Amino acid sequence: MIGSLCIMLSALCCLTIVGFVAAILGDIAYYGVHLLSWQFLTTAPSRGMTEGGIFPAIFGTAFLVILMTIAVIPLGVMTAIYLHEYASKKSRTVVWIRLAIQNLAGVPAIVFGLFGMGFFIQFVGVGIDKAFFAGHLTFGQPAILWAALTLALLTMPTVVVSTEESLRAIPAAHRDVAYSLGATKLQMIRRIVLPQALGGILTGTILAVGRGAGEVAPILFTGAAYFLPYLPKKLNDQFMELGYHIYVMATQSPDVEATKPILYSTVFVLLALTFALNFTAIWIRSRIRQRLRLER
Amino acid sequence: MKPRGWVEKTAETAIKLSAFTAILGLFLIFVFIGKEALPVFTSKTVQMEAGPSMLFLAHGGARPFSWQPIGDVPKYSLWPLFVGTLKVTIVAMLFALPLALGAALFTSEFAPDWLKEIVKPVIELLSGIPSVVLGFFALMIMADYVQKLLGVPYRLNAINAGIALGLAVIPIVFTMADDALTAVPKSFREASIAMGASAWQTASRVVFPAALPGILAACILGFGRAIGETMIVLMSSGNAAILSWAFDKPVRSLSATVAAELGEVVVGSPHFHVLFFIGTALFIFTFGINLFAGWVVAKLQRKVLGTS
Repeated sequence: MIGSLCIMLSALCCLTIVGFVAAILGDIAYYGVHLLSWQFLTTAPSRGMTEGGIFPAIFGTAFLVILMTIAVIPLGVMTAIYLHEYASKKSRTVVWIRLAIQNLAGVPAIVFGLFGMGFFIQFVGVGIDKAFFAGHLTFGQPAILWAALTLALLTMPTVVVSTEESLRAIPAAHRDVAYSLGATKLQMIRRIVLPQALGGILTGTILAVGRGAGEVAPILFTGAAYFLPYLPKKLNDQFMELGYHIYVMATQSPDVEATKPILYSTVFVLLALTFALNFTAIWIRSRIRQRLRLER
Repeated sequence: MKPRGWVEKTAETAIKLSAFTAILGLFLIFVFIGKEALPVFTSKTVQMEAGPSMLFLAHGGARPFSWQPIGDVPKYSLWPLFVGTLKVTIVAMLFALPLALGAALFTSEFAPDWLKEIVKPVIELLSGIPSVVLGFFALMIMADYVQKLLGVPYRLNAINAGIALGLAVIPIVFTMADDALTAVPKSFREASIAMGASAWQTASRVVFPAALPGILAACILGFGRAIGETMIVLMSSGNAAILSWAFDKPVRSLSATVAAELGEVVVGSPHFHVLFFIGTALFIFTFGINLFAGWVVAKLQRKVLGTS
């Protein structure tokens, strides 16, 4: 009697959470879909964000995550290859690197923002200015490059974990065959390991992009701007970004009612983007796991 | 094996070097945030306004603990922010832990497979929602309902922010707890059922205790996430730095303070260094929490399951 009551209570917990998810998504979909149009996606905001579209924010987000991807893929994939192909499984180095990756994943996003400002802008950027631009302010200021590198460090654990999972799935026999045919280690990794790990690398990258596109705290001080009349073209330009756009419109708008429809539609676009990325990643991953099950 | 050429060696070196990025990254984070926090202890000019005693001890006046970085006489007491963080985190944990653990128990022990296939992805969907969107939801929509439901004077308060923060904590705790519960060997359940225990008795007295290390780690990691989370609290808490234990008043957390103020602060000013000091404290604290969670799993797992 008490038992079945408790089981029902646990079901209720489930229902409550699902209810919250439905409320969030339903609300945003319901109010966000009105303003959505091709024009909204392809024009710049006007009249103090009360009219026009969000094209610069979409463009900035895309530019940002592309730069981030260029930085994070080599780092993440090579780390995973080291952990799985080069280092001996129980060596102390491996334990330390794994611990560092786990902890990196748990560092608060705002701390990455501080780091981006203290390291990339104040140290690297100002250093570059002193060395190459005679102290003229060029890279020692918030810029899309620094924001992208900050996000790359934040999303690196995602890529490592996902890549390593796919490395683990490659049968050891494949490696032995490559060696027996006279391949060197690098040849073996390039011809045997990497092609088979492509799915996992792709999954990790897509997850990282989904995460990076939604994070706001790390880019607050490293390059995001509320409004720019031009699109970012150089690595040291500032940029507009969807998540930051939402934050500023929601908290600092002089006329909340007037910006509300645009705000909802921007949230809708960001959510649709991150979900589309996540679903793609989950789909690829489930296909890899399925293939794995068939082979064993 | 063929003799290894220089390409081979260069590649191997590059791979080895990049493997240390994570360690190097953590080290650099600590050094470069800590470096800007250090003047709080070492610089005379910073200490005039914001020495350690001013951050932690009472100033004179009517309100001995206040955070007023902008003013004729700036005050940097960390207590309002610390208490604010604590209040929001307590609400978040009280809201998230029962829901997440209850849901994990349901999906792993009682739910039929078809229901599991629906519920688990939906809850995991929650982790894919960017925190700025959760903050938006709490600020624009949820706040009205929370205010009406509780009949409190302020729209944005510790309870509203706590619930929103809880929504970010739920998927973390749920996923880890569900994994821990599912990992309990089937023989445990069979033995319990064979002894005549009911489904609930088996779940609550056999499976749950066996999964306790993983569940505990899940709760600790959820707590770590709640302490450091920024955008949700920044948008949904009202951001008033008042020292008060009332949960229905606006609050300001440590992380939200950094996010809100660092953009407008003069680089190198006492205010700047105090914000980095807060960042360093958050970093060290969450770092410790993560290590602790790992330790809990590693040590207790052995004791509970009796295997290595």
